[in-house]
Amino acid sequence: MLPLVPALLLLLSFFAGPILWTVWASLTNAALTGSAAAHTEFVGTANFQRLLADPAFFNSALLTVVFLVASGVVGQTVLGLVLALLMQNRGAAVRMAVGGVVVGAWVVPEVVAGFVWVAFLEREGTLNGLLEAVGAPTQNWLYTAPLLAVVLANVWKGTAFSMMSYSAGLAEIPTDLKEAARADGAGPVQVVWHVVLPLLRRTVATTLLLVTLQTVQVFTLIYVMTAGGPGDRSMTLPLLMYREALRFGELGYGTTVALALLVIAGSLSALYVRALRPEEVR
Amino acid sequence: MTRAPLRVAAVAAAAALLGPTATGCSLRPGHDPDTVTVVYSHYGTFRAADTLMRKVKEEFEAENRGVTVELRPIEAPPEDYQAQVNLMNQSDDEAPDIIYEDSFTINQNVDAGYLAPIDHYWEEWDEAKYYQEQADAAVIALDGKRYGVMVGTDTRGLWYNTRLFEQAGIELPWEPESWDEVLGTARELKREIGDDVTPLNVYSGTPMGEAASMQGFQMLLSGTGDGLFDEESRRWVVGSAGFADSLRFIDTIYSEGLALDPQDALNANVGTINNEERIPAGEIAISLDGSWITQSWIATAGKPWPEWPRTMGFAPMPTQHGQAPGTTSMSGGWTLALGSKSVNPDLAWEVMKHTLSKENATQFAIEGAQIPVRVDVAESAEYLQVNPIAEEAAALVEVTHFRPAYSEYPRISLAIQEAMEAVMLGDATPGQAARAYDDRVEHLVGSDNITSGG
Repeated sequence: MLPLVPALLLLLSFFAGPILWTVWASLTNAALTGSAAAHTEFVGTANFQRLLADPAFFNSALLTVVFLVASGVVGQTVLGLVLALLMQNRGAAVRMAVGGVVVGAWVVPEVVAGFVWVAFLEREGTLNGLLEAVGAPTQNWLYTAPLLAVVLANVWKGTAFSMMSYSAGLAEIPTDLKEAARADGAGPVQVVWHVVLPLLRRTVATTLLLVTLQTVQVFTLIYVMTAGGPGDRSMTLPLLMYREALRFGELGYGTTVALALLVIAGSLSALYVRALRPEEVR
Repeated sequence: MTRAPLRVAAVAAAAALLGPTATGCSLRPGHDPDTVTVVYSHYGTFRAADTLMRKVKEEFEAENRGVTVELRPIEAPPEDYQAQVNLMNQSDDEAPDIIYEDSFTINQNVDAGYLAPIDHYWEEWDEAKYYQEQADAAVIALDGKRYGVMVGTDTRGLWYNTRLFEQAGIELPWEPESWDEVLGTARELKREIGDDVTPLNVYSGTPMGEAASMQGFQMLLSGTGDGLFDEESRRWVVGSAGFADSLRFIDTIYSEGLALDPQDALNANVGTINNEERIPAGEIAISLDGSWITQSWIATAGKPWPEWPRTMGFAPMPTQHGQAPGTTSMSGGWTLALGSKSVNPDLAWEVMKHTLSKENATQFAIEGAQIPVRVDVAESAEYLQVNPIAEEAAALVEVTHFRPAYSEYPRISLAIQEAMEAVMLGDATPGQAARAYDDRVEHLVGSDNITSGG
């Protein structure tokens, strides 16, 4: 028991501490400046009432869910699974090449990834250069399709994680099960659907969970690419939180937005865990 | 073997839990009584504060053995600069001794307890007499105490490219007498010179921050007879005709294509790009901007443009219909303020005085293209000969306006920027955006603190 004490203390101070502070701050009018910074007062549920009446919050919550579903659930996990399946039973050289490219995107720092995508999508960017070459109309993608732009960038950046996770899961599936299915006359799609996927459920649940938690808190990538704009067309909850807490200096309200984000991510995670719970082994 | 690291971890955890109280006084790097920390902005084309503070550090440390002047330049746009300084001020360990601070944030930072009054130092300073009294309003807070010293002020007006005007056949010097004349000239420029030139640049939207609110919106609003704040009833104004008219002006120039394309205008670096590239390249005919933008063109700038005095003209911004006094301007300016958590304010004041000396103030006025607030600097030949528009810009001080620099102002300003952005993106009509602004203001200050404008 005693050796656990330091670990427990660390956990308490670095994990529970900030959460408790967030809960406390969301019940106050804490601010970066102005009289509320000198005399912070307990305001009860005022921040939560304000949140529920704030159209900017609902806009951001919706954008966050769209961003999560498009870039996290559909983009990263589906693409990751497809890549993992395609890479199965391929030669070492192919695996190295594909894996190297995908993982390369993953290890690039978020700021750098942001600038790479800005260079690709901006008006004089690479994409427009390619479009011009084939005579297609060009546009400033970061301005005309900001959410799509950040979704693409996040898929590019994050797919490696789910790909690696699925590759590990696929390696665990016994080959004789697949061979038996093939002997019964199943095609490749049927094998994946009826044999591989059910056995992969636990991996899918874990991956979705981790991808979700990571995607809802993406800040740097979006901030570098669009800063939440134009208007508030790519203002996901982390960016709204930043705007309220640091641009407006309203720490209390900003942390309320953070708590809302925590609730949204938490409920989505609970949903996956329930929906994908592996059937009990009999 | 494993016990020592565990003990270290336990101590670290305990220290983290106990926080600042455990680390206390002994480990405060910024609290050495012989060290003065100075925080200032070093961003974009603005290099004058950095040059000045480096000079001060070198000179002051040479004259005062054992004293360290610790410089903390922050490379961030103005809004992020404020947030960072505020965060530093919330920490006893990080709070700076001297703060380079935009005058409009003084009141809110006084309310937050970040600044210390300097009246007793000011009264004993023999050079205080050189400071213009009108600058006092910006540094004396609502409690009547002085919290800083202005290092320079500014005015705003219409910069125009005389070569493009000649090309379009417009008579020089250009002296527009109403908004309609400004718009008329912009339309003529568009007709005559075509698509390669942006006729009229007016900053707008949230990426440009305070510049959009002040150089853009309030340069318009101050010429309508309406304002943001009613000094008499001490309430914030909502629903004024001038507010909606100013938004309408923004709507007109962006929807008619007289201004920059919104996607260029909504770039956070648009100011730097305009002043360093588009204006010298003759791609902008008129730009509503500050008197200081020459700092982008002088010899010590990143990209000097020695031809600017022969190319650029400066015209005062007219009032809406040309009503008295005919022209308008907005003024702001930055100050040096004393942090309330300074452990050696006497030494910090010595550094401030050194920074504000005539020699340093002159250098800052030239490099930062400021209108000096020290009379002896403003009248010096050294200053006057460097800046050919110095007198025209300084003359606008007579018609200038100041922002209502109360605690709520920065948030009101952001609400203005959001209204402008909604209009320029076509997300709202000027009327809708004005109503959304009214709602936001009511929320920010409370319904007891608003009043309906005319």
